[in-house]
Amino acid sequence: MYPANFEYVAPTTLDEALALLQEHGEDAKVLAGGQSLIPLMKLRFAAPTALIDINGISGLDRLEEEGGALRVGALVRHKTCERSELLRERYGTIGDAAPMISDPVVRNLGTVGGSLAHADPQGDWGALMLAMRGEVVARGPDGERTIPIDDFFQGPFMTALEPNEILTEARIPTPGEQSGGTYLKLERKVGDYATVGVAVHVSFSNGSVGQAGIGLTGVGPMNLRAVAAEQALAGQALEDGTIAEAARLAAEEAQPRADVRGTEEYKRNVVRVYVERALRKAAEVAR
Amino acid sequence: MITETKPTIHEITATVNGTEHSLAVEPRLLLVHLLREKLALTGTHVGCDTTNCGACTVLVDGVPVKSCTYFAVQANGKAVTTVEGLADGAQLHPVQEGFKEEHGLQCGFCTPGMMLVSKALLEENPDPTEEEIRWAISGNICRCTGYQNIVKAVQWAAKNSKEAS
Repeated sequence: MYPANFEYVAPTTLDEALALLQEHGEDAKVLAGGQSLIPLMKLRFAAPTALIDINGISGLDRLEEEGGALRVGALVRHKTCERSELLRERYGTIGDAAPMISDPVVRNLGTVGGSLAHADPQGDWGALMLAMRGEVVARGPDGERTIPIDDFFQGPFMTALEPNEILTEARIPTPGEQSGGTYLKLERKVGDYATVGVAVHVSFSNGSVGQAGIGLTGVGPMNLRAVAAEQALAGQALEDGTIAEAARLAAEEAQPRADVRGTEEYKRNVVRVYVERALRKAAEVAR
Repeated sequence: MITETKPTIHEITATVNGTEHSLAVEPRLLLVHLLREKLALTGTHVGCDTTNCGACTVLVDGVPVKSCTYFAVQANGKAVTTVEGLADGAQLHPVQEGFKEEHGLQCGFCTPGMMLVSKALLEENPDPTEEEIRWAISGNICRCTGYQNIVKAVQWAAKNSKEAS
């Protein structure tokens, strides 16, 4: 399958990339890992007139903790996350998710930034960002701005990014000592989209829940925050009754649609079961 | 605005199986088509053409990549290894020997991709566990073997590469 014709440019600096994006307008697309964009172009669901390949721009592949946050550069591959000791040790919720993104070969190229900018409702990173209360850094002709993740996703494959902006970084606040969570994903096979994914991250203070984050994958027009479930947990001890109630609320808040992967009822139930399991994992930290 | 003009042709240089090639490519040319149609390296197979099956996996600078999801122009300045680059003359690569010894293939369609991910795995982890092997090949689909003999083939290659070195 061949995509439609396009112009290809490979800038070596971010400023150059931004100028090219400005010049080519909204029919241009940024190429990072290409693992979602290229399949869409082959199917002609996307037909950008220009591809701006940012892979040659240095400094965008940093994965490090700085100033109280994890900073994930636009070119950080899933594989780098999967192998990162920093993620395993200090950002366990994300560390758990990294090996579950797509398949090992796709993870070699696919990027965190690309996944977020693509904003597939079945993308895993969006749910993690919601649970961890992350933010997205974008650069445009007028400089840099930071977009809280709750404002970032605007619908299926739609984000707050302007056509002349490039996502340069994802930032995730460093969790405190008393916090924990995980990502659980139901998939038919390695590499398939999530039937359901649930990201949970809870921080505790004095044994009860300080702040709870619950992000959902694949059960709505975009990654969703389970707001009512989060609120029900705040200030509570993470006990059986509280966990069951939060899980019930999250299942209620989910907006699944029936498809080949399951019925609406089935997906809601998976949300309930996974939120419960993930909260139990988070509760282990509090003990 | 969609223009009807012809796309710019890019001059790229890529090393394929140790040989440097200067090539003129349209941006939309996928690496798999460059390999198969321009370089006649038909060992790389097109399976699903949708980034699922891994039959088209090649190594780009040693890293497994699905060549149906990578533009040829992206390979500019890079080294590509295909299944044709595994053997050294008549001397098969240990991974190839392993697939032969352990009957790691039936129809053979997935085999080039399987062997390349296996090569990359063994270079990074010369003594993988069964689970690590299964993990490494999980982006590649085989509809014949049930994977059992593929795993054995990689184990054979691991064992015999070690003894050889």
